[in-house]
Amino acid sequence: MKEDLVLPATRDAAADAPPEPLLKVSGLVKHFPVKGGFPVRRTVGAVQAVDGLDFQVAEGESFGLVGESGCGKSTTGRLITRLLEPTGGTITYRGRDISHAGRKQLAPIRSEIQMIFQDPYSSLNPRQTVGKIISGPMEINGINPPGGREKRVRELLEIVGLNPEHYNRFPHEFSGGQRQRIGVARALALEPKLIVADEPVSALDVSIQAQVVNLLQKVQRELGIAFVFIAHDLAVVRHFSQRVAVMYLGKIIEVGDRDSIYARPRHPYTHALLSAVPEVTLTAEEGPARERIRLAGDVPSPISPPSGCRFRTRCWKAQDRCATEEPPLVRIAGNRDGHLTACHFPEEPTIEAREEDIVLDPALAALEEGSAEGPGKS
Amino acid sequence: MTTVTKAEGAPAPTGPDGFLSVRDLQVTFSTEDGPVKAVDGLSFDLHRGRTLGIVGESGSGKSVTNLTILGLHDPLFTTIDGEIVLDGKELITATEKEMEKLRGNRVAMIFQDPLTALSPFYTIGRQIAEPYMKHTGASKKAAWERAVDMLAKVGIPNPKERARDYPHQFSGGMRQRAMIAMALVCDPDLLIADEPTTALDVTVQAQILDLLKDLQREFGTAIVFITHDLGVIADMADDIMVMYAGRAVERGTVTEVLRSPQHPYTWGLLNSMPRLDSDLGTPLAPIPGTPPSLLTPPPGCRFHPRCTFRDRVGGNRCATERPPLGPDRSSACHLSAEQKQTIFVEEIRPRLG
Repeated sequence: MKEDLVLPATRDAAADAPPEPLLKVSGLVKHFPVKGGFPVRRTVGAVQAVDGLDFQVAEGESFGLVGESGCGKSTTGRLITRLLEPTGGTITYRGRDISHAGRKQLAPIRSEIQMIFQDPYSSLNPRQTVGKIISGPMEINGINPPGGREKRVRELLEIVGLNPEHYNRFPHEFSGGQRQRIGVARALALEPKLIVADEPVSALDVSIQAQVVNLLQKVQRELGIAFVFIAHDLAVVRHFSQRVAVMYLGKIIEVGDRDSIYARPRHPYTHALLSAVPEVTLTAEEGPARERIRLAGDVPSPISPPSGCRFRTRCWKAQDRCATEEPPLVRIAGNRDGHLTACHFPEEPTIEAREEDIVLDPALAALEEGSAEGPGKS
Repeated sequence: MTTVTKAEGAPAPTGPDGFLSVRDLQVTFSTEDGPVKAVDGLSFDLHRGRTLGIVGESGSGKSVTNLTILGLHDPLFTTIDGEIVLDGKELITATEKEMEKLRGNRVAMIFQDPLTALSPFYTIGRQIAEPYMKHTGASKKAAWERAVDMLAKVGIPNPKERARDYPHQFSGGMRQRAMIAMALVCDPDLLIADEPTTALDVTVQAQILDLLKDLQREFGTAIVFITHDLGVIADMADDIMVMYAGRAVERGTVTEVLRSPQHPYTWGLLNSMPRLDSDLGTPLAPIPGTPPSLLTPPPGCRFHPRCTFRDRVGGNRCATERPPLGPDRSSACHLSAEQKQTIFVEEIRPRLG
């Protein structure tokens, strides 16, 4: 398996849904109950964090999940690793349904699905040495690698670019980037098949971010580990993932290979998201200008999401149909294989500047109109 | 400090508009482990209506500089040297009373995290009205109307009703809008924005940045914009100052610094940042090592332990001599101007695609 991962062929093939994907998620739902009332606290509603997700991750593939805060991407990560139990739907790992598997059934799978956390400060136990932290998973799973655990830990430290001599040090002696490397070493300790990385670089400084991204990329390519890469930074996700899913309010609204999402997006939200990324223009002879879309307001509450298409309240193309009928996630005309979009009125597949900017924010529109006094709004 | 260079302290163009000027600012905190020099010999000028972007990683001294401008440091543990002159008025020696008159009135600040910067006990409207009443002597009613006006201006729907809400009833983007309203309520000359969009989502960030730009055009405010995100800086600033370990290492206009950067640290930042149009075949080129501890900063050029170009400088100058930074377009590096240009054109630019 390891050898053919570097071949570009596998990347494209991954999109065509190979016979048995490593991980298959269908109709995944997670609702968190909202309690309220007195004296008896009753369930008065539910935060619909994840509401019907379908996707697959092939072996050795890197799958990116992007979206803004509250879109359910972290919850998805925790559901896949089964740190949370889904309310509905199924998670199939190598053909086995693990959606409601108990502790005993999960034990053998736990070692194959590992997680890297966002905050390198709170995800390492300050009272344990690095050696203990990294060998912990081996101890729990009763794994005795040839040459002993300590030797394996030293190897792992070397793989992630730390000095093996640091075996006996404590986490506080390391910088943020180094701690994240310890987290990576811990995730690698059991030779996993799938790593869920939840915002692994967003707590780090720019110059350190690149070090960790390169390390993860090396690990993914050389060890053939599949990644579910969760991040809000679109450029980092593009750099790391072969296939990308864009989430909005608990749903995947567009999924496809990297090129389709970043160069030929169809969903209005993907357009808005891409156009909002602040970019450095480095050369004067940069290609055509990018489109400018400024949405109004924030993401609605996931406790009572809008009916129909969830993006319709902030969408400039929304019509009556969007409120009544939820658009299915399908391949629409003009899309490439594996590029699915959930929209009734998709956009043109380009990110070049339009004739007129789309500015939905009333305050912005008012200021830009020049009629600065009394911005027009209801 | 090894060698004090005159270039830093040399008089920069203090024209009629150069209304904030910082000269050779030194900020030292005394800590349990010894003195930490958070800002070391910083000089810059800001003109009316312009935006100065300060970029740097955590610990580079960018926030400390601006807290010092506002006098928001703890005087017990901080020693400050140098000069901060705002419109002819020296701020370092100013009394607390004088600073109070300035804060929120002529100089305002937008903080990174609006939830901790706003008081949870008072309504949004009251928090915006308060500085207006204090500084202009307006009546309660007039100040409240002004607050509602400001909320409308920054794009809060139904400002009349929302002014009566508490911060927790606002979403993250709306809180940041309320913060902007509060900062602009007295029509300040100088606005300091310390990572104002870091806690926000990209689509909301884009709205807030555009809003700030449009409001600046209307009010003519000068802005000091602090961020670690080069993309945001490119979008917002007129001039850029890059900071590293308490010192400015490069400055110039946005175009100059981003299109033809001249300092190895700036090259490193640009190379380590993935972009939406970067070539996917080339891996990112991170800056090796980690930022230095300011307790024991490296001698000479503070970037030299992480710099991949230091062996191209003759002798051991990088480790012994502090490179000077001129007042206009310049970079604090011992490489000669021709060397910098060749390295950038031949080695750095091709990587950036």
